[in-house]
Amino acid sequence: MTCLPAHTDKKLGLVIDLDTCVGCQACVTACKEWNTGGHMAPLTDIDPYGAHVDGVWFNRVHSYEHTTEMGGRTVNFPRSCLHCETPACVTVCPTGASYKRASDGIVLIDESKCIGCKLCSWACPYGAREFDTDVGVMKKCTLCVDRIYNDNLAEEDRVPACVAACPTSARHFGDLDDPASAVSQLVAERGGVDLMPEMGYGPTNKYLPPRAHTQRAASVPAKALEPVRAEGGFLGWVDRMLSN
Amino acid sequence: MMDRQSRGANSAPSQRPLADTSAPDEGDGVDTSPAVSDRVAKTTCYMCACRCGIDVHIKDGKVRYINGNKDHPVNRGVICGKGSSGIMQHYSPARLKKPLLRSGPRGSGEFREIEWEEAFSIATERLSAIRRTNPKKLAFFTGRDQSQSLTGWWASQFGTPNFAAHGGFCSVNMAAGGLYTIGGSFWEFGEPDWDNTRYFMLFGVAEDHDSNPIKIGLGKLKARGAKVVSINPCRTGYNAIADDWIGIRPGTDGLFVFALIHELLKAGRVDLDYLLRYTNAHVLVIQEPGAADDGLFARDSDGNPLAWDRVAKRPVNAADADAKPALTGSYDIDGRRCVPVFQLIADRYLDESYSPDAVAGRCGIPADTIRRIAAELAHVAFEQTIELPVAWTDWAGRRHQTIKGRPVSMHAMRGISAHSNGFHSCRAIHLLQVLLGTVDVPGGFRFKPPYPRSAPPGPKPAGKNVKPMTPLDGMPLGFICGPDDLLVDEAGTPLRIDKAYSWDAPLAAHGLMHTVIRNAWAGDPYPIDTLMMYMSNMAWNSSMNTVETMAMLTDMDEAGVYKIPFIIYSDAYYSETVPFADLVLPDTTYLERHDCISLLDRPISHADGPGDAIRHPVVEPDRDVRPFQSVLIELGTRLGLPGFVDQDGSAKYRDYADYIVNHERMPGIGPLAGWRGRDGDAIGKGEPNPDQLQRYIDNGGFWHQDFAADQRYYKMANRSYLDFAVQMGFVPKAEPIVFQLYSEPMQRFRLAARGHGRGQPPEAERSRIETYMDPLPFWYMPFEEAAVDLKKYPLHALTQRPMHMYHSWGSQNAWLRQITSQNRLFVHHQTGAGLGLVDDDWVWIESINGKVKGQIKLIDGVNESTVWTWNAIGKRRGSWGLKDDAAESNRGFLLNHIIGDQTSADANGRRYSNSDPVTGQAAWFDLMVRIVKCAPEEAGFTEPQFERFQQPPNVEPAPDILRFGAEFRREREAAE
Amino acid sequence: MHPAFSVVFFTTATGAGYGLLALLGVLGPLGFIAPDFWPGLVGMGLALGLIAAGLLSSTGHLGRPERAWRAFSQWRSSWLSREGVSSVITFIPAGLFGLGWVFLGRTGGWVAIAGLLAAIGATVTVCTTGMIYASLKPIAQWHSRYTLPAYLIFATMTGSVLLNALLQSFGVGSMGVLALSLLATLTGWGWKLATWRYNERLEIPTTANTATGLAGGTVRSLEWPHTEENYLLKEMGFRIARKHSAKLRQITQALAFGLPILLLILVFVAPWPLAIGASVLAVIVQFGGMLVERWLFFAEAKHTVTLYYGR
Repeated sequence: MTCLPAHTDKKLGLVIDLDTCVGCQACVTACKEWNTGGHMAPLTDIDPYGAHVDGVWFNRVHSYEHTTEMGGRTVNFPRSCLHCETPACVTVCPTGASYKRASDGIVLIDESKCIGCKLCSWACPYGAREFDTDVGVMKKCTLCVDRIYNDNLAEEDRVPACVAACPTSARHFGDLDDPASAVSQLVAERGGVDLMPEMGYGPTNKYLPPRAHTQRAASVPAKALEPVRAEGGFLGWVDRMLSN
Repeated sequence: MMDRQSRGANSAPSQRPLADTSAPDEGDGVDTSPAVSDRVAKTTCYMCACRCGIDVHIKDGKVRYINGNKDHPVNRGVICGKGSSGIMQHYSPARLKKPLLRSGPRGSGEFREIEWEEAFSIATERLSAIRRTNPKKLAFFTGRDQSQSLTGWWASQFGTPNFAAHGGFCSVNMAAGGLYTIGGSFWEFGEPDWDNTRYFMLFGVAEDHDSNPIKIGLGKLKARGAKVVSINPCRTGYNAIADDWIGIRPGTDGLFVFALIHELLKAGRVDLDYLLRYTNAHVLVIQEPGAADDGLFARDSDGNPLAWDRVAKRPVNAADADAKPALTGSYDIDGRRCVPVFQLIADRYLDESYSPDAVAGRCGIPADTIRRIAAELAHVAFEQTIELPVAWTDWAGRRHQTIKGRPVSMHAMRGISAHSNGFHSCRAIHLLQVLLGTVDVPGGFRFKPPYPRSAPPGPKPAGKNVKPMTPLDGMPLGFICGPDDLLVDEAGTPLRIDKAYSWDAPLAAHGLMHTVIRNAWAGDPYPIDTLMMYMSNMAWNSSMNTVETMAMLTDMDEAGVYKIPFIIYSDAYYSETVPFADLVLPDTTYLERHDCISLLDRPISHADGPGDAIRHPVVEPDRDVRPFQSVLIELGTRLGLPGFVDQDGSAKYRDYADYIVNHERMPGIGPLAGWRGRDGDAIGKGEPNPDQLQRYIDNGGFWHQDFAADQRYYKMANRSYLDFAVQMGFVPKAEPIVFQLYSEPMQRFRLAARGHGRGQPPEAERSRIETYMDPLPFWYMPFEEAAVDLKKYPLHALTQRPMHMYHSWGSQNAWLRQITSQNRLFVHHQTGAGLGLVDDDWVWIESINGKVKGQIKLIDGVNESTVWTWNAIGKRRGSWGLKDDAAESNRGFLLNHIIGDQTSADANGRRYSNSDPVTGQAAWFDLMVRIVKCAPEEAGFTEPQFERFQQPPNVEPAPDILRFGAEFRREREAAE
Repeated sequence: MHPAFSVVFFTTATGAGYGLLALLGVLGPLGFIAPDFWPGLVGMGLALGLIAAGLLSSTGHLGRPERAWRAFSQWRSSWLSREGVSSVITFIPAGLFGLGWVFLGRTGGWVAIAGLLAAIGATVTVCTTGMIYASLKPIAQWHSRYTLPAYLIFATMTGSVLLNALLQSFGVGSMGVLALSLLATLTGWGWKLATWRYNERLEIPTTANTATGLAGGTVRSLEWPHTEENYLLKEMGFRIARKHSAKLRQITQALAFGLPILLLILVFVAPWPLAIGASVLAVIVQFGGMLVERWLFFAEAKHTVTLYYGR
């Protein structure tokens, strides 16, 4: 059903810390690896060993150079489905293949209904949808719906593969509808932002901006060093110190 | 303190599962609980050198999924981009399938398949003839070997000194710089105290070693808001998230550090108490120019170094815990002038030539920035001191109620090591750490066991007396303390094929694998018969000067015999080096083999305790391949090498697994430290335990011992730790480890250069030895920069390995190569604008050694005088299972083509290996280039190009489409 | 946006087909066109043929065309589904209208009602097509008040030019239809120029800054997540050089508007059979021009995902 649920019980999503992401691609391949055998399997790779290699991925990491008057910074930027509150990718779907779950807010595709018209990928401003030309259907991030509730995994492993893998702890997961949840608090604390808020899709996933060149930056209140005063200069100081 | 109870690094409340993980009643038919696997095997990753613990999920005999092992001390559950892509490495189309014997010209890739029996008999016959006549004629170099304690021991049993792994072109400046100074080192042998540090400096740290631990650590620093300062010409990776990025000019880190030291000394911001307790700062150095012991330590009649007691006003044993030694001044001992080491340090670094203003221009860092960093270091070290409420006892029996720490930590890697001044730059950083009192203290840089060891550690390298049919009297690699330990003959000629431990590279603790091909080709110092190599891409990205290297591998004498007569190579994949072998021994993938990550080698210890690990076969090979270590053991047995056969000549070890369990290097000490003893209740020392491997498997593939709280810091002088270290066999005696700020072994070389002692350098080498064997760290311009016309070659050229690739392996990986299948040259916008270049232009990158063509990308986050590219993306056509049109061999380029393997000729016309003069570390970051826009018709493809390799027999062409994972879904859906 | 031929042809052909159908459905019952057999057969055949060919072509864009029937289900939210439903429903009155005209020779009574219903259906279908594009916020050039009228205007324009040719060919040329076609083409030209002008001055609030959440200053792409082109870039990262685009705009103006206007003016004054030739030529030239226009409609549309790639 491509009409959106009036209300979702939860808003499950990710919080991505751009201050901490080193661009190591761990989340990218962990996602690929889980999902190529998961709910939307396979994540087909065309010409995998040739010139025009092109595969389906649910999560990709860009890098940017962000330059402001305060200085420049290289920013690694993971991009995946944001599981929007009002996702146009769902409403444009003519077949009901795309849908937003009323229970947890995850945006999914029912592959058996997908005709591969690609309109959802046009409607998504974030590039979160990836077309599998081999199967002829659209695929996308499932927020690891086959992990987070999976009875066959140990309870501690029931988080999205990208969150489990991330070596710098730059990825967080939880219910962003619940202001008391750890992720909501993290977003509040660190000034998390929406991507393209002007689109009005209400992305669930939030991004924590880099701290360098802001008031949140780590700083050391060090006073400038002064040469040791008095007789003998530094060596005199050493002698006095040792005599104390 | 690290919360050792918590499983998994990603266990913050915002990273945990939902409070209620039962699936909601959505009614959309999604199977939220699919079965994942039939079984989970816990083993050790080998997608790079980090050796993380992995859980391999197997479904119907196929690898479904690999994730990080939450209990593992290295990665604590996280996994990197490479680790998750292990599946594609395991199923790579480039996998070798059967032993190969060369059937066409060397380098063509024409082979015929042979049986293992034939392979063994060819190798045995050849090697046995060498062993009977002149064992040195076997050069055995093992590349990215994680079993050096076996391979080195094998070489030793064979009787050849010509053994090393790849450390000579990787890390030896850091290893030697650290081990000769503090008895431990950076790289993966130590780590910042991530839980307590407040100020962290990374020098030239790349993402290729200890990567998950560093990333986990950075995550902790970020969560705590600790300051991260990176000193790196490139602003990528870890440097991207630094609070302060110092875009230094390559090769000037040492100078920058000296300026910090200058500022700290001038301001009296050094930890004198720490210096007195843990270093040789107070040791007296003889100052008598011309004397045979000038610059050596003043010693008492028992040979103990002396210090001057300020109170008693007389010389005392420097190790006397109750003395009140002077750090400054000049003292008369038996009529000879002696000064404390610290006086020499102050004299040198307080000199204005090391002031921020003096170095700023050369380093490309404003003097004010240097002064600010120095002030910040001092502030954190001395105003934000921390104390852990843990009582401990030092080596002298003094009880301390708390553990005091200065929360400044540093880490340094490739950017320091790969320069010809890297050894001294590394020592400079250690000197800075020690002056601030931050080594192995809370918040500082911490040793991982079995380090620290004495600086330098023993034993010395063997290889002085090589005899047929006779094992060496020790291991081929070790640490030397003076000219008498060098492996040279009376005339000063090197005894090793790589010239390690010669006047060319005295402290070559890791050997010089990068010189072997040239030296063997040139017969300098002598010709060899067989070059045996393992897992190192020496005909491509692991060599400098690739083009000539390939020519040397295929060069013949007048008689039509290859100058390097026979090459045996073992690898799992069809790399660019395989086609240059005469005999190819196909290795398994990392999921099909036994391995041990041993404390005798490169362990997986944590600063909070020692550890080691195994690999074990989690899937069966579907090809006729064998793990190289088992092959080596079989070869050892067939050759009858003493350690490998019993009295009756029968095999001592069935295979590597058997060796791992039953080999004892010294009584009770074997490859694995966990579950030793008949019943498995001993650690460190104990009888072999027949169930040891099973115990490891049951424990998730590793063993790890947590230190008691009072053993975790000040390990160089911590009685409880030192007693434990003796019990484990890490150190021979529970004596304090004294940091050698002034290196007496180096001064011995200087004295030899001045004509003292038995072993003296040849005349032509004297000034080089005099200059570079300085007992205190100093800075000099990297050799290539000093030799070339900087107007012609004004740019430094560097490579970095992408975090998702390990050496050349990544490009055969269908997933990883999608991320980077073409490398570009990154050029600063200003530089590009000056040359009239725009994004995507094709340029020639030219050095004095040659030129290579690639495409550029303009960026801001790089030092303006530096260009760089991703390493080892460029591939030779026909290798790694890639198709001929792959970007890697058409648009990607390899910078190695234009890195010289030799220095420019010196005044005597002598060309040395392009290496650090102290350690022999390959200086591949010294490269200077210019870039020139290429003609329009030259754009669009890389050059130089090389002939396409023939494919080995029975190789299946790489598929056009990959649907990995579809089978798991089909089975799942069929089962429903 | 990637100008896939299947979609370019689809919207152009159905535009002309529905335009013609709507005009026949209105003008027939109103008695502007006599209910003769041949004009009816050819006219309705052309209209329904163009529609059917267009719809068939659109399935070429589908990954799983055999499931196309599923597209009728989500009319409550999806303009594409509405388009599908509307296009199919329109076939019913259109078919009845065609039968009545061609075989019964009448355009009054229930046939007239069917004709008017078909005209409404055609208009609605064209609107839904326009709304598919107009509703896509990530593509600013489409998500504008110019898009929906453009689809209606161009359908009227191509439909009327076609109708004119049809009537001229059967010797029943109508000054009114001719005038309408001329007026519609002039309007189309003006609308296109206005659209281009609007798009050039477009200030798109979505930038690399808002796309990445990195406030202030400049955000430049350093490295893509993959070095080769992927689906997103192939489908939505299509780029056309300014020079190339300017040339194609000139071609569009000449073929879709300029030449047809000259030809239609010629029809006013030219004798038979030159008028027929000019009328038919106007159709062909304009159809070609509209294919270029529609190609540019895609090629010049910039999707926000390209911001992530620094394009």
